[in-house]
Amino acid sequence: MEEILHMSALELGKSIREGKISVSEAAESCLEQIRRKEPDISAFLFVDEDGLKQRVKEVEEGIRQGRYTSPLAGVPVAVKDNICTRGMKTTCASRMLENFVPQYDAEAVKRLEEAGMIIVGKTNMDEFAMGSTSETSYFQTTKNPWNTKHVPGGSSGGSCAAVSAGEVWMALGSDTGGSIRQPASYCGVTGLKPTYGRVSRYGLIAYASSLDQIGPIGGNVKDCAAFYDVIAGKDEKDASSSPVPVETAVWKEKEDLTGVRIGIPREYLGEGTDPQVKQAIEKAAALMEEHGAFVEWFSLKMTEYVIPAYYIIACAEASSNLERFDGVKYGYRSADVQELHEMYKKSRQEGFGEEVKRRILLGSFVLSSGYYDAYYLKALKTKALIKHELDMAFQKYDCILAPASPSAAPELGTSLKDPLKMYLSDIDTVAVNLAGLPAICLPCGMDSQGLPIGMQLIGDCFQEKKILETAAVYEKLRGSFPVSWKEEM
Amino acid sequence: MAKQYETVIGLEVHVELSTKTKIFCGCAATFGEEPNTHTCPVCTGMPGALPVLNKKVVEYAMKLGIAANCQINRYSRFDRKNYFYPDNPQNYQISQLYLPICHDGWLDIETASGNKKIRIHEMHMEEDAGKLIHDEWEDCSLVDYNRSGVPLIEIVSEPDMRTAEEVIAYLEKLKMICQYLGVSDCKLQEGSMRADVNLSVREVGSETMGTRTEMKNLNSFKAITHAIEGERARQIELLEEGRQVIQETRRWDDNKESSYSMRSKEDAKDYRYFPDPDLMPVVISEGWIEDIKKQQPEFAPEKAKRFQQEYGLPQYDASILTQSRRMADIFEETAGLCGQPKKVSNWMMGETMRILKEKGMDPEELSFTPSHLADLILALERKEINQQGAKQVFEQIMENDVEPISYMKEKGLMMVSDDGAISRAVEEVMAENPETVEDYRGGKEKVLGFLVGQVMKKMKGKADPGKVNALLREKL
Repeated sequence: MEEILHMSALELGKSIREGKISVSEAAESCLEQIRRKEPDISAFLFVDEDGLKQRVKEVEEGIRQGRYTSPLAGVPVAVKDNICTRGMKTTCASRMLENFVPQYDAEAVKRLEEAGMIIVGKTNMDEFAMGSTSETSYFQTTKNPWNTKHVPGGSSGGSCAAVSAGEVWMALGSDTGGSIRQPASYCGVTGLKPTYGRVSRYGLIAYASSLDQIGPIGGNVKDCAAFYDVIAGKDEKDASSSPVPVETAVWKEKEDLTGVRIGIPREYLGEGTDPQVKQAIEKAAALMEEHGAFVEWFSLKMTEYVIPAYYIIACAEASSNLERFDGVKYGYRSADVQELHEMYKKSRQEGFGEEVKRRILLGSFVLSSGYYDAYYLKALKTKALIKHELDMAFQKYDCILAPASPSAAPELGTSLKDPLKMYLSDIDTVAVNLAGLPAICLPCGMDSQGLPIGMQLIGDCFQEKKILETAAVYEKLRGSFPVSWKEEM
Repeated sequence: MAKQYETVIGLEVHVELSTKTKIFCGCAATFGEEPNTHTCPVCTGMPGALPVLNKKVVEYAMKLGIAANCQINRYSRFDRKNYFYPDNPQNYQISQLYLPICHDGWLDIETASGNKKIRIHEMHMEEDAGKLIHDEWEDCSLVDYNRSGVPLIEIVSEPDMRTAEEVIAYLEKLKMICQYLGVSDCKLQEGSMRADVNLSVREVGSETMGTRTEMKNLNSFKAITHAIEGERARQIELLEEGRQVIQETRRWDDNKESSYSMRSKEDAKDYRYFPDPDLMPVVISEGWIEDIKKQQPEFAPEKAKRFQQEYGLPQYDASILTQSRRMADIFEETAGLCGQPKKVSNWMMGETMRILKEKGMDPEELSFTPSHLADLILALERKEINQQGAKQVFEQIMENDVEPISYMKEKGLMMVSDDGAISRAVEEVMAENPETVEDYRGGKEKVLGFLVGQVMKKMKGKADPGKVNALLREKL
């Protein structure tokens, strides 16, 4: 069993196709690890043990009949709990949706099921994806598998922790301002935030529609690439979905980085960045330079505006997106209310957590008449300038190298005390969302406490292939990265 | 001398489009079905559902915009209008505020006092809300989302109207255009056309606008007329008493024939409009506009002119027939089939209109097959049926779209064209009335009428009186 857990998702898929490992063996070893690790980690909100048996049979049958030909057919995955799964509770880690069971599958879920992948369960997150630690979840606190006194990051903390703890090979996350990359960095796993419009948002419960993007989380670059292949592509049900053809992420392996131009933005490694993080990034840069890459430092002057622009736009959209949770149609309804407005007020007051309410208030304020131009419109203009500056950078560089967070995972219970400080820690990730760019985060070092440090490779729009290729070469040069749970076995 | 007041009126008209599907999802946009049977995650505001724009809605909006002489925005956008109400599942309505699809147009209207141009400020696309049903028996409210997401176009006029008559003429014109374009059936009673009246009064000669009110819930032309008269009187009374008109939204109560205040400007909501991030901007190419222009139908005025020239119809006929596109189309097809345009016109303007009025139907609801009326007119021409019988048959055509010839045969309404049968009847009548025959032969030609009547009676009216007349003369 342990041997199975140490395989990559692609190796597991291959063994399943070759009949060396059965789908039920894969699912069973996954459940066993969940039973072993969950008491410490609490990555899952729901594990679908009963549904899993049925699904395993179905997939085994499908693989035998040749219906499932994906290299990931038979591989168990976890799904972040803001992505709709038909017939399976989808809560957004909120009391508001505690008992919400969607009538339909998100497009990404539909696609992974059509590829024969198996959903094990739903993972914890920050409530409605608002937070950087997964601590705003109404239900539970997920711990970092490397050190359970620390946060896993957020908002896709459950998905990243589950992969990190070996509970599952791959997971779906969503990234609005770094929610895949930052927890991937904290948990020492690999996560890809695709170009905006690359993966359908249909069935992703919206936080900020113009920034949200679903992406894969896995143990290595190639697994993420294969998973990305499964879920990416035009979807008629999402108007923001792009018709640009998906360049397959299955590539010819490169030995070195000759001809690859990499830029490092000074502002991302300035004051406020943990020196250990800076060191790890510089070390990665040196390694890539050594193997043929052209590496150069440059400046992104708009960096100081990314946090305000991001929080204004994200909260504005969130304030409108979350209006539908009113106690009328589904979700939490306060008991003992006499009339409509009281029902609205009490249901939302009791159903939403502090951080969600804070962002709804912030968003409502910046959209209100008299403030719209000063805040929202100005933020949109700033967003355009940020995008322009990054567009210019990609005329010079193939990839931008940057950290995914100014530090490694903070301790539990420290971040929410000072929300503003928590917002500011998103500095390394939000520009990517504002500009709609693809970015991958993979581990590049450890800090003195033994917590992983991640690096981002950011590409131009629709250049997933380029950043995945580069990341894969780096990964090979770096050598295997430790696994959080290996020592205990 | 008492002050003279002028009424200033602008309209916001909502027209429900007759597209097959809703504006942002694939659900049918039909009217009057079982509650919540035409719904999906999108139009019930399920978490994670996303809107996708129905291209037909853009096309319809362009058609209407072009017909109303509007400028078409090559780049327009959808915005969210945020407000909490249970008929609105997302608690925001997707509409267009900042960049509507059409702007700056006009419609020409005709009233007893002459022609007038009513300017159109803008037209925009938006989604309709669901319907709330308050069940007092169960003490609860229910929501039907069938109408949620049905496409609407809102047409905002400039405050160019001065009388109820002008308002009605403007609405009639808009309705006619929509029906000719086939973009909406515009039924006020069913809510597929809704008009909100913005009204203010000012002293005649004044250049400044008075404070206006907005009147909602007007479901008929009658209600609109009464509401305008009532609101004008109410505002004048306030001013005469030295009080002020408050800017507010009022609701018309048709039963009480009066209005009451819904909300004043002070508690007007802040809708927090912003561009909907789920929808892409609507980009319209020159080519698309050209295509739509080419497809624009011939509207009533041109059609009426052509009917006069092509079919030799009097102006009166032509203008009545072209008030409804359906009626004009039926006229044209029927006239083409039987070659007797004036007779077709007489049937349309006479019997057809009479029956429509009797049943309270709209000419757009006419559904009979043109060849059926053509066949009836030809049968009349061939004297296979008399005028009385034809009217009877036509009622059946209107009612059940019956095929006239077989219906005439089935019901025994065919005229007897068999000379032998008429001859026999003539002989019988002559034998039964020898004295009258003698009178005639003696020079009393007046009695011929009586004899013809007797023969017709024997034939149960199914003989051509001319033929009976001729045969009688012959035998006498």
